[in-house]
Amino acid sequence: MSDQNIGKPVPRKEGRAKVTGAARYVDDLAVPGMLYGVTVRSHVARGRISEIIFGDRIPWDEFTVVTARDIPGANAVALILNDQPYLADRIVNHAEEPILLLAHEDKYLLEEARRAVRVEIEPLPAVFSIEDSLAKKEIVWGEDNVFKSFLVEKGNVDEVWDSPGLVVVEGVYATGAQEQLYIETNGVIATASREEGVVVQGSMQCPYYVHKALVKLFDLPEDKVRVIQTETGGGFGGKEEYPSMIAGHAALLAWKSGRPVKMIYDRAEDMTATTKRHPSRTRHRTAVTRAGQLLGMEIDFVIDGGAYATLSAVVLSRGTIHAAGPYNCPNVRIRSRAVATNAPPHGAFRGFGAPQSIFALERHLDKVAAAVGLAPEELRRRNFISRGETTATGQVIREEVDMGALLDRAFELSDYHAKRERFSRENVGNKIKRGIGFASFMHGAGFTGSGEKYLQSVVGCEATAEGRVRVLAASTEIGQGTNTIFAQIAADALGLDYERVEVVRPDTASVPNSGPTVASRTCMIVGKLVESAALQLKQTLAGAGLLQEPYTAEEFERACREYIEKNGALKSFSQYRQPEGVEWDDEHYRGDAYGAYAWAVYVAEVSVDTLTYEARVEDFVAVQEVGRVIHPVLAAGQIEGGVAQGVGWTLYESVVWAGGRMANGQMTNYIIPTSADIPPIRVHFFENPYAGGPAGAKGIGELPMDGPAPAILNAVEHATGVRFDSVPLTPEAIMEALEGEAVKA
Amino acid sequence: MRAYLPAYELVVTRTLEDALALLRDEPGAWRPLAGGTDLMVLLEAGRLEHRKFFSVRQLAELRGIEESDGHVTIGALTTYTEVQRSRVLAREFPMLVRAAGETGGVAIQNRGTLGGNIANASPAADSPPALLAYGAEVELVSSRGSRWVAYADFHTGYKQTLMQPDELIARVRLPRPREGARHFYRKVGTRRAQAISKVCFAGLAELDGGVVREVRIALGSVAPVVLRCRRTEALLRGRRLDAESAGAALEEIAKEIAPIDDVRSTARYRARVARNLLAEFLAPPF
Ligand SMILES: Cc1cc2nc3c(=O)[nH]c(=O)nc-3n(C[C@H](O)[C@H](O)[C@H](O)COP(=O)(O)OP(=O)(O)OC[C@H]3O[C@@H](n4cnc5c(N)ncnc54)[C@H](O)[C@@H]3O)c2cc1C
Repeated sequence: MSDQNIGKPVPRKEGRAKVTGAARYVDDLAVPGMLYGVTVRSHVARGRISEIIFGDRIPWDEFTVVTARDIPGANAVALILNDQPYLADRIVNHAEEPILLLAHEDKYLLEEARRAVRVEIEPLPAVFSIEDSLAKKEIVWGEDNVFKSFLVEKGNVDEVWDSPGLVVVEGVYATGAQEQLYIETNGVIATASREEGVVVQGSMQCPYYVHKALVKLFDLPEDKVRVIQTETGGGFGGKEEYPSMIAGHAALLAWKSGRPVKMIYDRAEDMTATTKRHPSRTRHRTAVTRAGQLLGMEIDFVIDGGAYATLSAVVLSRGTIHAAGPYNCPNVRIRSRAVATNAPPHGAFRGFGAPQSIFALERHLDKVAAAVGLAPEELRRRNFISRGETTATGQVIREEVDMGALLDRAFELSDYHAKRERFSRENVGNKIKRGIGFASFMHGAGFTGSGEKYLQSVVGCEATAEGRVRVLAASTEIGQGTNTIFAQIAADALGLDYERVEVVRPDTASVPNSGPTVASRTCMIVGKLVESAALQLKQTLAGAGLLQEPYTAEEFERACREYIEKNGALKSFSQYRQPEGVEWDDEHYRGDAYGAYAWAVYVAEVSVDTLTYEARVEDFVAVQEVGRVIHPVLAAGQIEGGVAQGVGWTLYESVVWAGGRMANGQMTNYIIPTSADIPPIRVHFFENPYAGGPAGAKGIGELPMDGPAPAILNAVEHATGVRFDSVPLTPEAIMEALEGEAVKA
Repeated sequence: MRAYLPAYELVVTRTLEDALALLRDEPGAWRPLAGGTDLMVLLEAGRLEHRKFFSVRQLAELRGIEESDGHVTIGALTTYTEVQRSRVLAREFPMLVRAAGETGGVAIQNRGTLGGNIANASPAADSPPALLAYGAEVELVSSRGSRWVAYADFHTGYKQTLMQPDELIARVRLPRPREGARHFYRKVGTRRAQAISKVCFAGLAELDGGVVREVRIALGSVAPVVLRCRRTEALLRGRRLDAESAGAALEEIAKEIAPIDDVRSTARYRARVARNLLAEFLAPPF
């Protein structure tokens, strides 16, 4: 193993093509004879379809029309519970639910046709909030509206409340939905027939999820379904499960019409109909000694899953496990539920439940600190977890963790203490109030619990006779840098130049299943498989007596050529095996929830304008320990992007719901921050190599989404003296709190 | 694209005369397309009901910024970028320049025009409050001739104007304010660029020894039209500016505006912020 590429800002593999416009996204592609496809959706949140009326003035005989009855296999998107239909049959359970598909070669006429279809729906009572769902105001899913629940128990929290000298602090915290808003909307091109099978290419994170879904939808053997990822303009979780839906729709139209079909959502459809971050509500009850030691934490965490189960169970799982944070508390009970409402299903979004539960905890701890008269950082310092201690699931932390050092560095970089004191002093009499606050947290990399064990991911490495190396994995490049870091890892494992390594485009016909591109697992889990597959390649050559260390690139090339001449091909595959000593009990939710955690302290500085009630983030410091940093520019980019998305979730992005529909499904009215609204983000990495990751790397993709919301709201409390416990924190909400009754409508 | 594109027509006329002839010969049939930054959004969303357009972008008669003794005249096709580059506007009409600088983003500023902003008649538009506070007049041209109207009378109701179907906006004329006047402009749109105003405030005041000689106050996004607050102005005009008169003005403006709840904000927020901004405008030191 060499150290030529890892840790260096090598040029991105696909960077030049993207910057010059040469990169071809799915909407840039055309197939001869192609039709366009659109979806007719429900305008009602819950109801019974009584009639579908095809309006006048449209030459319907030219159109391909697909309904639930045209589905050759199972009418369900294969995922966890398979409860979500591809096309609603008699009942609709959320607004924008797909009912009917249309295809035509004239995309403008197709749009007219979509508008000319009228679906008559008799409305049924619907549920739109976590409270109403929990109260079973209407049963809209299963027997009790609950998709999934978990219970995590550590110690015995019931015994702590009555201990003498304790302070008990309670709080309720809420977070809203958030749209992923990747730049490229969802889109695919499909061809399909019984003889040839189904081929779908498109924008996606998880080709094998789409593959699995299409196999069930068409009832075809696995080798008759092929899924190819095209250049993908961002995902953030929004292209984890949803592409299975649009791919199925396009393929159904292709199957019926016998022609290739392209389906591309416009922004409005993508925003209103596809998944968003789960809204949440968390209750905390905490027992703390007067000296600031946490003795008991009781946490009730609920997320709104929308109308179908989709991925809510796993989002809930991650949120549950992160709910008690990086603290050592002897008695913890976390009860969590994912409940059904008649919103379009909420889904994967960077952080996957953890930002929601961490927001609640980190807001709550500032409140706990105030209750015992400690500074927020002092309370945390007294409870930070360290090596040998256990998390809420009873996972013993085996690696070195120094949250205190992260906190020190973050405070130093942000000048926290001086600013805290100065703002408190200067705010009196100023129209612009300033504040500074922070959050400390961790984020587990890879699938939860035994997830990786079940996935059994495989990565391949192949060498050509020219001594070039190709990495074969289903992990997708979605803008985050997969192809670049895989090439760095493989190149260093083989002691070769970065340019010699190529990462092939994910295509289920030619790459093994390395699992989905989610859960901060691509670098740490799949990257480790890349590393070992590359090392095996070298061992194969060494074993054949063709290569000896140290070797030059020319010697490697010669070895490859000779091996291939003799054996035909040079390939190696590496499959995931759970590291020794990792134990997880799925039934009781106890044990080693994640192979490794990234640890972080984020500091936000804000201003609140008392004329307009607008809060702005003025400065941001993000300090984290992520194992080894593979690519410093990409890693910092991940942190900056995640912080920006976190700032959006906290202060700007408000999904306005009206009868279960998103009323502001345009970028005009769904406000994401622009570059002018994002503060300088100062990123600092601590490196503490993790034995289970490639060259010591852990996962970082989701981590930066966790910290901004609580850090910012803690800072807003410092600035205004008012406690805000929900996000998004809009100027309207700040106004109501600051002016209260004084406001005249 | 949700529009049925084949149903749309766009023609280009060579001269202003040709354009006006088009409007005269088929009244109401043809509408102008300037920068397209409002029209194209509707087209994309499939909500552009009108189908026949003629381009005005090439009409040199509608371009340019000119100075005369008492006025500065701005062609309808002047873009936000051109507004920001004008020295005379920067010196004498800072609120208009600020409005231009806070409109959309750079691409929109390069393409969107002042005439389009006025004709589009959105109550949330950002330049109109500044134009109202500066006492603008608008020149409307048709094959029948030309007429100047006070901009304060131009918007007659939600998305309605006193423009006739055969008329075009040619120019806007602004009287030059006195030196030492207070210009106070504030757009409140939550984010710093690409924002539609939740409230937009423009105020111009000229004082003589502490007494309000002239004051004009205009607000966006608080009524069906961009609103000139004449009653509040009347209350202040001729009075000494002090806590008492300012307090009376704050009470009056609350009655003069009629904000609503919508997907962008709430009536309560808009009312409160409008009040705060007026208070800020009237606050010492003068
Ligand atoms: C991303 C984005 C951001 C935006 N941000 C803002 C903002 O911050 N603030 C704001 O106020 N606006 C904003 N807008 C709206 C728009 O840019 C402005 O209203 C712009 O001034 C419109 O000018 P235009 O030349 O592009 O008009 P067009 O779209 O060409 O026309 C608009 C209307 O005016 C009519 N018209 C145009 N010229 C004339 C004329 N000479 N005589 C008579 N009628 C005419 C047209 O027939 C049409 O009805 C934004 C738009 C977009 C797309």
